Formats: sequence, C-alpha cells, structure tokens
Amino acid sequence: MDLFEYQGKQYFARFGIPTSPGGVADTVDQAVAQAEQAGYPVVVKAQVKVGGRGKAGGIKLAADADEVRTHAGAILGMDIKGHTVERLWIENASDIAKEYYASFTLDRAAKVHLGMLSARGGVDIEEVAAEEPEAIARLHVDPTEGIDAAAARAWVDDANLDPEAREQAAAVLLTLYRCYVEGDCDLAEINPLILTTDGRVHALDAKVTLDDNARYRHPEWEEFAATEVEDPRERRAKEKGLNYIGLSGSVGIIANGAGLAMSTLDVVNQVGGTAANFLDIGGGANADVMAAALEVINSDEAVRSILVNIFGGITRCDEVANGVVEALGRVDIASPIVIRIDGTNAEAGREILKPHLSDRLRARPTMLDAAREAVALAAAATGEGAR
Amino acid sequence: MSIFVDERTKVIVQGLTGSQGRFHGLRNRDYGTKVVAGVTPGKGGSSVDGIPVYDSVGEAVDKTGADASFVVVPPPAAAGAILDAAAAGIALIVCITEGIPAQDEALAYNRLRRDFPATRLIGPNCPGVISPGKCNIGITSGDIAMAGGPVGIVSRSGTLTYQALHELSQQGVGQTTCVGIGGDPVPGTNFIDCLERFEADPDTKAVMMIGEIGGSEEERAADFIRDHMTKPVVAYIAGVTAPPGRKMGHAGAIVSGSQGTAQGKIDALTAAGATVAQNPTEAGEAMVEVVRKL
Repeated sequence: MDLFEYQGKQYFARFGIPTSPGGVADTVDQAVAQAEQAGYPVVVKAQVKVGGRGKAGGIKLAADADEVRTHAGAILGMDIKGHTVERLWIENASDIAKEYYASFTLDRAAKVHLGMLSARGGVDIEEVAAEEPEAIARLHVDPTEGIDAAAARAWVDDANLDPEAREQAAAVLLTLYRCYVEGDCDLAEINPLILTTDGRVHALDAKVTLDDNARYRHPEWEEFAATEVEDPRERRAKEKGLNYIGLSGSVGIIANGAGLAMSTLDVVNQVGGTAANFLDIGGGANADVMAAALEVINSDEAVRSILVNIFGGITRCDEVANGVVEALGRVDIASPIVIRIDGTNAEAGREILKPHLSDRLRARPTMLDAAREAVALAAAATGEGAR
Repeated sequence: MSIFVDERTKVIVQGLTGSQGRFHGLRNRDYGTKVVAGVTPGKGGSSVDGIPVYDSVGEAVDKTGADASFVVVPPPAAAGAILDAAAAGIALIVCITEGIPAQDEALAYNRLRRDFPATRLIGPNCPGVISPGKCNIGITSGDIAMAGGPVGIVSRSGTLTYQALHELSQQGVGQTTCVGIGGDPVPGTNFIDCLERFEADPDTKAVMMIGEIGGSEEERAADFIRDHMTKPVVAYIAGVTAPPGRKMGHAGAIVSGSQGTAQGKIDALTAAGATVAQNPTEAGEAMVEVVRKL
C-alpha cells in the first residue's frame, strides 16, 4: 500500500523523524485555516500518489491567505497524470540550504536491506543513479545486525553531506531505519531531506510503501487503507477477498495462482486477444470464491468472454466446477465462459461440468485451446457490437 | 538420483494439527513420503492419523531422527517455525506459507545464513519439492508427476510448476526432482542453487526453468547457465503482458521501471543459450524435443 505524502509524514512523525508543521485540507477554507496554524509563508502541496507534482503545478508557495486561496483553488480538482487532486497538504515553508536524499528498501539480490544516501536530493534518484552513480552512498544493512550510530555517521561522511548536517542526519537515518523495519515498510524514502539555513535537518517529503503482508499487526493502517482510491472493479474484488487488477481488454480472466494468472494473460495476448483483468482466486478456491470471481468479472462491461483457467494443486477441480455451476445459478453471467481445469480431481470436475455445457459454458482440454476459444468468442461478440 | 530429497528423507510437519497441515501432510505420506512426526506446541502427545505429534521440533528430531521439515503454519508463526527447525538441526526446511511480512522473511533468511549455514530453506510461499516416486514435501499433487527422470524442474510459481509437471508427464517425460522456490522477495533457495545441483546430478539430463517478472534472479541464473551449465535448459517466463508497477499476486512479481521485465529475462536467457518458450505448453513441447535428442 502506497501512502500519500501527508500520511507518510504522519507515519514518520510517529517514529520521531522531524517534519514541517502542517495539516491536510480538502477545501480552500480548510487550506487557509491550516496555513494560519502552520504560519506563513506556506507551501500548498497536491496530494496524489504520483511523481512530478511540482512540474505539473501541484506545489506552490503562498505568502498570505489570499495566495493560499488562489493556489488551493487552482490545485484542488487538478488532474496530475490521471490522478485528480482531492486533498492538499499545507505546511510551513522551509528556508532550504541543501537538499539530500535518503531511503531504505530491500535489496532482493543481496537479500539484506539497502540504504541509499545522497547529497544530490530533490531530484529523481533514478536520474542520479544513471548520471552520477558515485553520488549515491549505498549501505547494506544485515537485518540481524541493524545499524548503529557510528555506522550512520560513517555513512553520512561517505555521502559527503555537509558537516553541519552530520549529527542530525545520522540521527534521522537511524530513525528512518527503525520506521522502515518496525513500521513494516517496503520502501521508506525522504526526498528531499533538507538542511535549513538555520541548521536543522528534516524531511520535506515522504514516500512510504507499506508491506500488505504485515497489515495484521498494524491496526493503525486502517486509516491509510480507507483513503485508497481504487478502480471500482478492484474495490469490489477486494471486498470479496480476491486478488484482482483491472486492465483494459475484453477477455475476463479467472485463474488460480499468480503465475498461472500471469501466464494466462500472456497466452491470451499471444493468440491475439486482450485481457480485461488479472484475477488470482488463490489456493483452496471453493464455490463461494468462484461465484464471487464470476460476479466481479461480470460487472465489467468491457468483458465479452470469460476464460477460467484452473490447475488444481491445493485447489480441487471438483470444487471449482461446483463453484462455476453454482455461480451460474446465482448470477446472470452476460458473457460466454470457456473453462479449462486440470490437476487435482480434474476428472471429477469435468464430470460435474458435463451436464451444464452449452454455447454459454464451454470446456476445453488445454490452456492454449481455451485461450483461443475465449479470444474468438470475444472477437465475435465485439463484431456484433453487443454482449 | 534426485536433489535435496530422496526415499530416505524423514519429514516432520510443523502445523500437522491444522487443517492445511493435516490435508497436505497426510497426502505427502500417502504418496510414500516418510512423514514421521508432527509438531504443534501444546499438542504434544496427540496424534494425527497415527502420526505422533510433539511439542517441539527438537523433541520430534530426538524421537524420530527426522532430517526435513514441512512448515505449514500461518504467517505470524512461520519465521519462528523455520528458525525452530534450523535450531533443532533440521537440514532441509520446506515452507509453503504465503503472506509472511517481508521484514520477518528477511530477518529469518539472514539468521539462517549466519547461524545455520548448512540448513537449506525452500520457500516460503512455494509448492515444495517432489522427487517423483521417492518423496513429496509440500502441496504438489503427486499424480501429475512422473518418476524416472531425466528432467529437473525449478520454478518460482506454484500453479505453473504443476503445469510444467503435467505437460511433461502427459508427454511421457519423467522428472528427477521438481523444486518450487516460491514467489517471495527473499526465497531461501534460488534458481542458481537448483541449477547447480541439477548440473551435478547424474540422472538429470535437462532442466526446465520457470520464472516470472520482478527481481533479477532469472538474469543471474542466465549468467550461471552461460558459464556453468553443460545440460540443456528450457525456460519460460510469465508476465510478458503484466502492467508495470502493479503487484501481480506474488510479492516478488512486480516490475519497477525497466527492472525485472519479462523481456529482459527472456533476452538474458536466450543469450545464455537456453531455449525460451512463449507459453507453458510450448515449453513442454520444447523439452520433449530436447529429451528425444539426448
């Protein structure tokens, strides 16, 4: 789960990473009230989960209430790379002397944590990495050892941060690491981490990605989850506990296992079709899960045919077949279904399906055959211009 | 021969008294695997379908001489269960648990590396390991595998692993061992670990490798194939059409920028001399061709 900047800063603040005083606003009046509280001049910042806000005109400096009104009015409702701005973060403007970059993430290749620190902050770190890789001081941190103050100071020196920032920056890095580990972040990034003209080091931005697997031990994440803007199809799927990603094609996909689901998308593509979604019903898929999956796909008006691709491991094909039959009884499925089942109890599953097979429910023996059939059905339906 | 497990492997099931542990543990035993004990703290002294249950891995090892463990416990308990098994001297740990927090997984991996370097972890979030006709630890359906070799399989995805086994068995091509290394960001065993063992195993004559988007393990495996593999490799990479920046179910399957794309992996493997198929069926057919020419 990606956090908005203001949520990231609130998360940082819990652990004691210094940030500027500020607050959120959903209206122009709220923006003015937050500005009065934070103290002028303030920065009015669009809250969207996408980079390049500054260039798009989503970050503005305001010296007084009138300027806050002007900027807040212009930014609220603005479209930034397909994201509509519905919320602002208003904070006291900082006098910036230097901009640094700091982050922690997992280095999958080395299988330990990776800290990155640079005196070149405030710009896209991927650009820095490409143009001037030596400007990024990388520190591998073994999770069994963590990082201590001496190592943090040495790291700051290695990154050539300014001497007057050294102690505070080292302290921020230690806290950021604690936030990353104890806060179960996939990514905890401060860009820029600034040194102010009066010698204070603090976080001017926050980019935090939380590890969804750790949600069970973070009840406080509920408020972050509540603000997630989702595709309505994805929201419905999530409510039913399905792993769904909306795409723009015409063949609805239901598969078990992420690998098989991805592979099903690929095969549909190879035989000339386009997938309407990624949907992994997971292991142990029973009738309820299958019915829910079909309902979600059925609610997508772009879908012209549905491809069900199941290979039973934990999932038992007879349960899947029962699920399909039951779902057909419960939901009026608008598109024809092509199903391929194999693996655990596949024969029993095929027997269950047999009496229900028709033009609306077809069974095919292999993944490739089933994909071809589903793509042909989608093409035919699109040609007719009707569902 | 086979890699990692064989007909002598003695297995305990951590979580045997749970519904999943019972289902798969008994299924593994029915397949012929020597499932000698279960471990569930607080349920020592009971039994599951004749299999004795102990309170700790240490006790189970003392009583049964087990050398492998099948970890099938919920995510909050999984990292601890893995370390318990390692501390009790278990040499091979297979963990199928999906949804372990990344921080726990990274910590457990590095504890193993530091304190128990001889212990091998397969998974988490994987289907397990099967040497057809000898031993099956995990959730793979034994009846889709075929004994006798000559193909070794290593795969990151669960269902695609089954698909690969099925494609080969249908064509009459058997397997020496099939290892599902799992789709998480920090797998205990990686492609190279398996490729190395398959290369050294006299009964394995060819290797099928199934990868997917995300990370750089397939690229590293390609380097290994180029530099160290004499046996033919057929590969398939899932996720060519996956949208960038989205997590496709597996925590590991996410493309960030130009990193970890399917095409990059396909190019690396092709350049390393592997035969790269476009879909699982084609991979099966390509392997049949390879085996015919052996």
